[in-house]
Amino acid sequence: MDGIHDMGGMDGFGKVEPEPNEPVFHEGWEGRVLAMSRVMGGSGEWNIDMGRYGIEVLPPDVYLASSYYKKWFLRLENLLLQRGLISADEIAAGHALHPAKTLKRGTFTVADVEPALRRGAYERPAQAAALFKPGDRVRARNIHPRTHTRLPRYVRGHVGVVERLHGAHVFPDVAVLGRGDDPQWLYTVCFEARELWGADADSTVKISIDAFEHYLEHV
Amino acid sequence: MRALETILVEKGYVEAAALDSIVEAHETKIGPHIGAQVVAKAWNDPAFKQALLDDATKAVATLADLPRVGDHLVAVENTLQRHNIVVCTLCSCYPWDVLGLPPVWYKSAAYRARTVKEPRAVLADFGVALPAATEIRVWDSTAETRFLVLPMRPAGTDGWSEDRLAALVTRDSMIGTGLPKQPGELA
Repeated sequence: MDGIHDMGGMDGFGKVEPEPNEPVFHEGWEGRVLAMSRVMGGSGEWNIDMGRYGIEVLPPDVYLASSYYKKWFLRLENLLLQRGLISADEIAAGHALHPAKTLKRGTFTVADVEPALRRGAYERPAQAAALFKPGDRVRARNIHPRTHTRLPRYVRGHVGVVERLHGAHVFPDVAVLGRGDDPQWLYTVCFEARELWGADADSTVKISIDAFEHYLEHV
Repeated sequence: MRALETILVEKGYVEAAALDSIVEAHETKIGPHIGAQVVAKAWNDPAFKQALLDDATKAVATLADLPRVGDHLVAVENTLQRHNIVVCTLCSCYPWDVLGLPPVWYKSAAYRARTVKEPRAVLADFGVALPAATEIRVWDSTAETRFLVLPMRPAGTDGWSEDRLAALVTRDSMIGTGLPKQPGELA
C-alpha cells in the first residue's frame, strides 16, 4: 500500500539525532512488548509479512505520533484480537476471561527462547529460471499494490542495474495474504541518485534495493 | 501493556520467565560486540575477509565463539573509493544477529526518509565528512537480506590482536553512519 511507512525520499522530518550511550530499552515496557511480539510472532498465527503489514495499516497520524515500540504494541494487540487469541473484554478487564485458543506449539517456555532468537530463513527452492542476471538494466515496475509490498515508491518507474542475485525467497506480497511462499528470485538493483532524484542530485551517490523478480521488467 | 502480558500469561500462551529471558538476551548478549569481532577478524585474516564478502552468513558460522547468525547476511566493504551506508526506508530491518537492536535514530522518520536522498547530509548529522569524490552507496534493506558494513582498518594498527582491533569498531561504523575509532581514541 502507498502508506506513511514508505518514507524514502520524503522531506520535512528534520535532522537525524544520534543519542550518546543509548540504552537498549528506554523504558521497561519496551522490552516486554518486544518479547511478547517475538513470542506471538513465532506462534504460527501470522507470518513476518503479516506482522509488517500490521504496522503499515496503522492510521498515518497514529504511525507518526507513536514511538517505535508503541507501534509494536498496537500491532500486537490488533493481531491478537483479529486472530481470536484475546478479546476486547479481556483487554478492558486486564485479565483472561475466556478459554485460550490452542497454539500449535503450546505454551512458550524458557526452553523455547534460544531457538526463537534466531532469525528465520526465507530462501526457498526456485520455481523457474531467473529472468535477469547481474549487469542487466531493469526498470522497477510502476505498481501500487493495495496491501503489503516491499517495493518502495521512490524507485517505481526508474531504471537501475542488477548487481547481485540472492536466490529465490518468500515473496512478501503473496505471503501477507496467506497464500503460501510463492518464492521469487531476489536481486540487488542499483540506481544512480540522478535517476531517482533528478539532475541536481549528487552524482557520487548510488542507491540499491533488494527487489523480487515480480517488481522488475526488462528495459 | 502490563495488562496484555497478564492476559497472555493467564491464557497459557507464554511463561513470564520466557519473556524475562528474551529481554535479558537483548540487554546483555546480543549486541554490536559480535559484529566488532567479525570486523576485527576480517581485518586480520584476508582469507576470512574474502569468505565474509562472498557469503557472510557462512563465514560468521565458522567463528566458534560467536552465536549462529541467520540468513541472509551480506557484508559490504568500505574502500577509499566507496563508502557504504545501510537504511531501511520501509520499516526497521537491521542485522540484529550481529549488531543487536537498532538505535532509535535508525528507526526515525528523518533517517529513513533522508538517507536514500541526501546521504552526505545525513552523514553530516553524525559529524562524518567524506571526500567529495568518494562514491556513496546506500543499501535499502527491502527484503530479508541484512547488511553489515566492513569499515576500513585504521592506520597505525599493524600487528594488533583481534581483541584490540575490535575495540576500534563502533556500531555506527558497521551501519555506515560512522567511522572506526583511531588508535589514539582508545582509553
